[in-house]
Amino acid sequence: MGEEATALPEIDLDKVDEVVDPFLGKKGIMIPVLQNLQEEYGYLPRPAMEKAARKLKIPVSKMYGVATFYAQFHLAPRGRNIIRVCKGTACHIQGASKISDRITEILGITTGETTEDYRFTLEEVACIGACALAPVMTINDNPHGRLTPDRIQEILDSYE
Amino acid sequence: MSKVKVTIDGREVEVPAGSTIYEAAQQVGVEIPTFCYDPELTRVGACRICVVEVEKARALVASCAAPVGDGMVVHTESERVVKARKNILRLILGNHPLECMTCQKTGDCKLQDYCYYYGVNEAGFEGEVKELELDDTNPFIRRDMNKCLLCGKCVRKCEEINGATAIDFMNRGFISNVGPAFDDPLEESPCVFCGLCVDVCPVGALLPRESIGKGRPWQVEKKEVVCPYCGVGCSINLHIKDGEVIDASAVEDSPVNRGHLCTKGRFGWDFLQSEERLTSPLVKQNGVFVETGWEEALQEVAKRLTEVRQKYGNDALAGLSSAKVTNEENYLFQKFIRELGTNNVDHCARLCHSPTLAGMEKAFGIAGMTNTIEEITGAGVILVIGSNTTETHPVVSYRVKEAVNNGAGLIVVDPRETRLAVEADSFLQVRPGTDVALLNGLAHLIIKEDLVDQKFIEEKTEGFEELKKTLDGYTPEYVEKITGVPAGELREAARLFGAAEKGSILYTMGITSHTSGTNNVLSVCNLAMLTGNIGEESTGVNSLCGQNNVQGACDMGALPDKLAGEHSIEEKDTGLTAVEMMKAAAEGEVKAMYIMGENPLLSEPHLEHVQEAMEKLDFLVVQDIFLSETAQKADVVLPAAAFAEKDGTYTNTERRVQLSRAAVAAPGEARADWEILCGLANKLGMNWDFSSPEEIMKEIASRNPNYAGINYQRLEESKGLQWPCPDLGHAGTPVLHREGFARGRGKFHPVEYAPPSEETDSYYPLWLTTGRHIFHYHTSTMTGRSRGLGSHVPEEMVQVNPEDASRLDISGGDTVEVASRRGKLNARADLTDMVPPGTVFMTFHSSELAVNFLTSDEMDAEAKVPELKVCAVNVRKAEQSH
Repeated sequence: MGEEATALPEIDLDKVDEVVDPFLGKKGIMIPVLQNLQEEYGYLPRPAMEKAARKLKIPVSKMYGVATFYAQFHLAPRGRNIIRVCKGTACHIQGASKISDRITEILGITTGETTEDYRFTLEEVACIGACALAPVMTINDNPHGRLTPDRIQEILDSYE
Repeated sequence: MSKVKVTIDGREVEVPAGSTIYEAAQQVGVEIPTFCYDPELTRVGACRICVVEVEKARALVASCAAPVGDGMVVHTESERVVKARKNILRLILGNHPLECMTCQKTGDCKLQDYCYYYGVNEAGFEGEVKELELDDTNPFIRRDMNKCLLCGKCVRKCEEINGATAIDFMNRGFISNVGPAFDDPLEESPCVFCGLCVDVCPVGALLPRESIGKGRPWQVEKKEVVCPYCGVGCSINLHIKDGEVIDASAVEDSPVNRGHLCTKGRFGWDFLQSEERLTSPLVKQNGVFVETGWEEALQEVAKRLTEVRQKYGNDALAGLSSAKVTNEENYLFQKFIRELGTNNVDHCARLCHSPTLAGMEKAFGIAGMTNTIEEITGAGVILVIGSNTTETHPVVSYRVKEAVNNGAGLIVVDPRETRLAVEADSFLQVRPGTDVALLNGLAHLIIKEDLVDQKFIEEKTEGFEELKKTLDGYTPEYVEKITGVPAGELREAARLFGAAEKGSILYTMGITSHTSGTNNVLSVCNLAMLTGNIGEESTGVNSLCGQNNVQGACDMGALPDKLAGEHSIEEKDTGLTAVEMMKAAAEGEVKAMYIMGENPLLSEPHLEHVQEAMEKLDFLVVQDIFLSETAQKADVVLPAAAFAEKDGTYTNTERRVQLSRAAVAAPGEARADWEILCGLANKLGMNWDFSSPEEIMKEIASRNPNYAGINYQRLEESKGLQWPCPDLGHAGTPVLHREGFARGRGKFHPVEYAPPSEETDSYYPLWLTTGRHIFHYHTSTMTGRSRGLGSHVPEEMVQVNPEDASRLDISGGDTVEVASRRGKLNARADLTDMVPPGTVFMTFHSSELAVNFLTSDEMDAEAKVPELKVCAVNVRKAEQSH
């Protein structure tokens, strides 16, 4: 990773207490704890998982097993902005791959990757249910529809 | 239980309702292949190789998980079944390295066996294959996860039996794998290397590293021996090829360990082959050891012992027997010393078990763990006090784990947050040396909340009223002041223990190695009697012995105040205890010592004093398998055979006498301790004519009424006999005090809390408590010379709480000076919450950093056990880090 990698904020482990404490002594809480940790840090940092496991008296091997089983959990840091390019049938026909090619051209990352400055993570999704807007992508929770490759730069520029 | 009728491959069988098809098939002798099934683990039905055809069922069913139904007709090898199994095997082969030529598992591999049976030679289709890195970083287990079938037995053994839960499944789909969190190597995980996973792996994914390339299963002969380490006394199969041990495994049908071992039993046998083994008698000439023949060495010992006796009298001699050697050898050793005219014989049980002997005899009339290890699994609540069971008696901790899985409550009392403490329902983090106050506090609450067993107290005990009076003052608030345990937590624990129908108490040296050792034991006995937890299955006062023959050595009379069979010696004739011997040697009263299989120069407290004592001796003879720290000081060293090299019996912590047969030859000229003793006795004119340990056992049986019904033939036919075994028709006694107490009534002994022998002050403000960890054993004489165990934890560190560390400006890994009123040493600091603020911890395994330079030799007045568990120290950053 380049210089920018240092731009990653330090992991504040006190936040683990805030996330985990409401769950102490309860059962069946592993997934919600992981979800909330991810919400807090943007991904699941190892020291945070280790601390949470210790507090909850859950073997860290079990926690890691669950975290790696579900696609929703991420063990590496992700970008501040998550781009999800829809590759559903309608978008595919309307040229979704040209959209992701253009993003790759601009950001230098392919699906599943994160830019070195942690500004963007690029993902693919099967369908976001906005076929009328095909081809479509979301950035964070904002949909961007009826895309053409030449609009991409401008859209990306609007995210810091 | 209702039964159902099923037909399996044309054979009708009646089995209990709820049995699986697999279990029913086993009853009629039909073998069904399995990868993921293990009778003691959760059924997962993951591998599908055990599928069978059930008439009228649409799909094939997994026989290991599917229950039988009445009238069910099952075909285990129908055309459909065989086709399915072949497909499963092909799918596995498509992603399995075909390295059978060199794979250590060849000949003992289920995949190979089933492919052979079903004639499957190749996958027949191509696809992606796994390319995972080999994990070969630890000295015990080689992990090649490319060979893994994902049956998950290793995961379940680790979680359900050991409890370490170091590994689990990770990822999903094709890239699924098994391993530690974050895909770390095992070395960096919570793995304790018990090897349970290795032994259940159906293929070559998990292999014992030391054995690779050393022999094929069919070249190996398995011989059963008793483990040389802790007092659990597990049975081990040594795998022997061409006279050399190449591997070990647990004996499946041992009533003690039923197929389980810990890392020491599983991987710690290789000290047998160490280059450092003593192979010839050594006599010191001009300060240098010279190899001699046996005749010459024994002659020298006889001559020197006789000289000392003539010059200074019989009581100038003292002997230390050993809790590591057999009953027969202990019996002969004390006989030898006593025939020399002195009762100055003791052994290391002085440092651990002696308060149990003293306390239990007073309370119950007979001393020994009251119940069996296996019964722990049936307890309703378990109180573990002063025992880091997970590390010191791992196989017992598996039973605690099983009990907890069965719903038992767990209370742990310890100054440190041990692994059991983490898992406990109630963890009472007690200040070192305040156990009497804590136990009195529990008893106080149990009486106050009317949780006592009134019927038991009235019918079977005496002294309750006096006890009640003493306990009156031990209110939770008062106890909190002494122990540091919050009153509320004490209340919860008392309710948990008092309410359970069956309560089992486990303790180890955290109870005994104190100046209050005997009183601690008495308080434990009080608590057990108060709640009626004596004389029934899954209850009891369960003292866990440190060494594999502590109980036996005591039963044989290797004690200064007792002969074999608990015949006490008149007080005026009582000999010196271990610690007293050292003091007497320092004062010039003891002039010659005979030490067999013990290493007091590391194990005794206040080592500087012990060193001086040893140096003052006129004559020291040491009999050992290695040139231990003590042997180096000797005038004559006699090389002994190790556990696997001789016949004999050991009595484990649960009073089970087990026979262990020689499996390999002793190196060089080394001889069994009993042979050496016989040779020496005859040199001194004692006219012994024992030709085998079996003959010695005959004499033991005639001396010790508890052993009267024990002989080698019976031991061979059984899996050991638990004493008392008073006659040849007696099956042994798993539970003591069933028909009432040996002394008539159980006696409550009111005991008051007394502080440890020394207090902290401004110079020595911290408590030091000592103990062991799982990878080493006692003074590391054996484990330090095991390739795996010796290299895995190379360095002794001092555990310091981060709060203390920050106050003392110490960072993790810093070299610190630990000083007590007797000595000091430099060690690196391990910052951990496992110890509470105000307390530091070290083990006594290391010779470079011998913690017993710091510990105190103040003794319990009755049992003469030294206070190894608590002394006051000062910790500061070392001036010169090195």
